[in-house]
Amino acid sequence: MEEIKKAIRQSYGEALAELGKKNEKIVVLDADLSSATKTNIFAKEFPERFLDMGIAEANMIGTAAGLATCGKIPYVSTFAAFAAGRAYDQIRCSVCYPKLNVKICVTHSGITVGEDGATHQMIEDISMMRTMPNMTVMTTSDDVETKWAVEEISKIEGPVYLRLARVKTSKIYDENQKFEIGKAIQIGEGTDATIFATGVTVEQALIAKEELQKQGIEVRVVDMHTIKPIDKEMIIKCAKETKKLISVEDHSIIGGLGSAISEVLTENYPVKLKRIGINDCFGRSGKAEELIKYFGIDSESIKKAVQE
Amino acid sequence: MEIEELKNMAKKVRRGIIEEVYKAQSGHPGGSLSVADILTVLYFDELNVDEKNPKWEDRDRLVLSKGHCSPALYSCLANRGFFDVEKLTTFRNIESKLQGHPDMTKVPGVDMTTGSLGQGLSAANGMAIAGKMNNKNYRVYCILGDGEIEEGQVWEAAMASSKYKLDNLCVIVDNNNLQIDGTIDKVMSPYPIDEKFKSFGFQIINIDGNDIEEIKKAFEVAKNVKEKPVCIIAKTIKGKGVSFMENKAEWHGKAPNEEQYKQAMEELK
Repeated sequence: MEEIKKAIRQSYGEALAELGKKNEKIVVLDADLSSATKTNIFAKEFPERFLDMGIAEANMIGTAAGLATCGKIPYVSTFAAFAAGRAYDQIRCSVCYPKLNVKICVTHSGITVGEDGATHQMIEDISMMRTMPNMTVMTTSDDVETKWAVEEISKIEGPVYLRLARVKTSKIYDENQKFEIGKAIQIGEGTDATIFATGVTVEQALIAKEELQKQGIEVRVVDMHTIKPIDKEMIIKCAKETKKLISVEDHSIIGGLGSAISEVLTENYPVKLKRIGINDCFGRSGKAEELIKYFGIDSESIKKAVQE
Repeated sequence: MEIEELKNMAKKVRRGIIEEVYKAQSGHPGGSLSVADILTVLYFDELNVDEKNPKWEDRDRLVLSKGHCSPALYSCLANRGFFDVEKLTTFRNIESKLQGHPDMTKVPGVDMTTGSLGQGLSAANGMAIAGKMNNKNYRVYCILGDGEIEEGQVWEAAMASSKYKLDNLCVIVDNNNLQIDGTIDKVMSPYPIDEKFKSFGFQIINIDGNDIEEIKKAFEVAKNVKEKPVCIIAKTIKGKGVSFMENKAEWHGKAPNEEQYKQAMEELK
């Protein structure tokens, strides 16, 4: 990992503006948060394809659905809480049921939203979004992966929930990295444990991996950038090859990545999985780096779980 | 179509509605009958659609936001030739494409999936905005129930229709004054509907929504309004055309028995 850090939302905004150049079907909608979601970069380049829908997220999702019926590829951005939470029924009935080509890209997810506190820290969205038929659910962990995902989802037909983060993360991947929707990325060959991570927790898992290595513990990290459809093969393979399984996510331990992995293990290769996530409680105000420690989703907590 | 032809077609459409709901022993006859004249004028006079090419990109679009009135929409689509009229008897059956609420992925001619109230105007806005972006001349029609406009999303959408000056959009409120729990003014009054939409930036047209001639004229007027969206407030009678269903909230979502079915079909001859 390189130390130079970049905010995932910044990568999103830049990638969206790039995509706008390549594909004129791209239309971007935001709900009065374009300076925070960084869709303002796209808005500046393509004002005629940018719709500021005001503080009215339900209508924003429905409008995107209507645009999609006419061949547009709408990218809808706001904070995770105001898309998955506020507009759940619109995503369900106007987007997923008719399988419309709407890309819901949320930039502020999990407790790493930070100081805004619990109302803005959406930790139930992976759970809610992955139960919806026709939905693809993805996260990203760094600049390179984010830029790949933003473009890649425009190539698949149908609804996507792309869960992005507000915070800065280290560069994990080099530009030549191959990604594929639905295919998890294994980092390292360690057999003492597998750490399944997603989004901002991939960085924490990699820090834990390096520190454990100094103690002679060899783990592998698996970046589960696609949560639905989930990479069953990778999960089963790691369950067979490693002694311990741990999942870590900036999300409730109910219904998220850990649950999705458990579902695969239960039916295919029943072994123990230690789930690390937000333990069925709401978030709170604080700095992101403080909060990951407070809620125990940081590298130290991951290390402890491996050593236990 | 001439007025007399349209009147006859409206009767045919109504017979289709009764047929669907009777055969399914389930569905929503009241609101389907109140909106039947409006939908008949749309599908047989106003809408530029092609039953041979339902996804034609230059077509006019219709969003039936009050999706529970699918029997009226299906009856119009079938009579217009989008699918066989005989299929109407499969309404709500497990094997049928004619779902309880309209599913655009299953039924040719359905432009938007609806059912959860309050969502249709947002989708219609999206279609109208896309039309403007693509320099298309098609028009978008959106039918709302008067009870439905109690949903907050409708007013979020109304702000947007106005912001984007959607003069290619025509909203029709089916004002039959009844919702499941009673009259709309008692349950949660959205009145005055015309003044509300006016204050949201719409051009208002008040009509008798069961009068074919008035409906036809209203659409003509709407087409010539520029720079703002139009809202037609259509005063209608719930259950219109079937004497024992008229103005009765209980017929919102109830199927007729055999005797009632026969009487209804007799009245709609």
